[in-house]
Amino acid sequence: MKEVIRVLKAGIYKDNPVFRQILGICSSLAVTNLLSNSFIMGVGLMFVTAFSSFTVSLIRVFTPKHIRMMVQTLIISAYVIILDIFLKAYMPDMSKALGPYVGLIITNCIIMGRAEAFAQNNKPFISFFDGLIMGLGYTLVLMSVAFVRELLGFGTLFGIQIMPESWVNWTLMIMPPGAFFMIGIVIWVTARLFPKEEEQKGGAKA
Amino acid sequence: MIEIHPLVIFFASIFTNNMILSNFLGMCSFIAVSSEIKTSLSLGQAVTFVLATTSVLNYIVYYTILVPLGLEYLRFIVFIIVIAAFVQLVEMIIERYFESLYYSLGIFLPLITVNCAILGVSLFMIIREYNLIQSFAFGVGSGLGWTLAIVAMAGIRKKIMGAKIPKGLEGAGITLIITGIMALAFLGFSGIVQIQ
Repeated sequence: MKEVIRVLKAGIYKDNPVFRQILGICSSLAVTNLLSNSFIMGVGLMFVTAFSSFTVSLIRVFTPKHIRMMVQTLIISAYVIILDIFLKAYMPDMSKALGPYVGLIITNCIIMGRAEAFAQNNKPFISFFDGLIMGLGYTLVLMSVAFVRELLGFGTLFGIQIMPESWVNWTLMIMPPGAFFMIGIVIWVTARLFPKEEEQKGGAKA
Repeated sequence: MIEIHPLVIFFASIFTNNMILSNFLGMCSFIAVSSEIKTSLSLGQAVTFVLATTSVLNYIVYYTILVPLGLEYLRFIVFIIVIAAFVQLVEMIIERYFESLYYSLGIFLPLITVNCAILGVSLFMIIREYNLIQSFAFGVGSGLGWTLAIVAMAGIRKKIMGAKIPKGLEGAGITLIITGIMALAFLGFSGIVQIQ
């Protein structure tokens, strides 16, 4: 149980993949102009991270050390293909909107990072949970960026008009620079809200 | 679809559709590496080389093997294997003949495999239905655009080394804000050439 709580804390804020480890920004920013896109992307990533961590952990004893990267990549690709086919079949519009970014989940450093750092040395179920929580931490950041971008850029949330008629859309927010500024600000805010532990100790001493 | 001249694709992928600044691809190594101009330049060269070659290789593999067999959905796995194998090859060559370069790039070479830009280019070229020459132009252009962005970033980071940065924004935070400003500047190029 203790283990579970530790993983939970780490994934949500202590070691949050996006703002703490600066992993996986590559494929995350492009889909954050709409909340619904980010949500699907986040859920997809949770699915892939959780199951690939689980699988990597399951076969960790049998995997020769020097080819483990290749094995991990293949496992991840397999789950991404499942996700891609699923999206194409049940949400064709979403699949089109996300375009190549679904495939790019493979190169999302978070998944590989979790496989290397956690699943390689832990039991399957806690690895599954760790992957799920890391994915959740990622989704939360993605959604918060998308929230601001969609609200300011389109005046909507999940496609529902929120801002009054007189609202002038900030076109900049839905263009690439908006994403960079937003993620920069998220990193800034979170760095102030949850300072790293060493810093806290240093502060206490001073 | 309308045929786009390869040169148009080439320039568009450097300026208006820059891999980092408008497609957000290749950010990981962008943030980690871009603090030394020389290292960034050599990483940029490596990425450009790998991009140019893998875009052609993946094109050939996709249209001569996967499409006839109806295995398009396997493209993610096949592309990543082609890329990984090729990067391994490049790594061996650099290690053998350019030892100093090998040490300066260090652990970043294997990272090229998981550089989103490489896989991204291959996926984009399939989605946009480019032909072989267009794909090659797209690969080279994207690589050069990526290099341009990472070298410019390294230069800016060097300049702000001694600057006072608000607490909590040091490191990745300020890099992302600067990238945002760079992306703004690159928006100025939009309208010169346009690809979709």
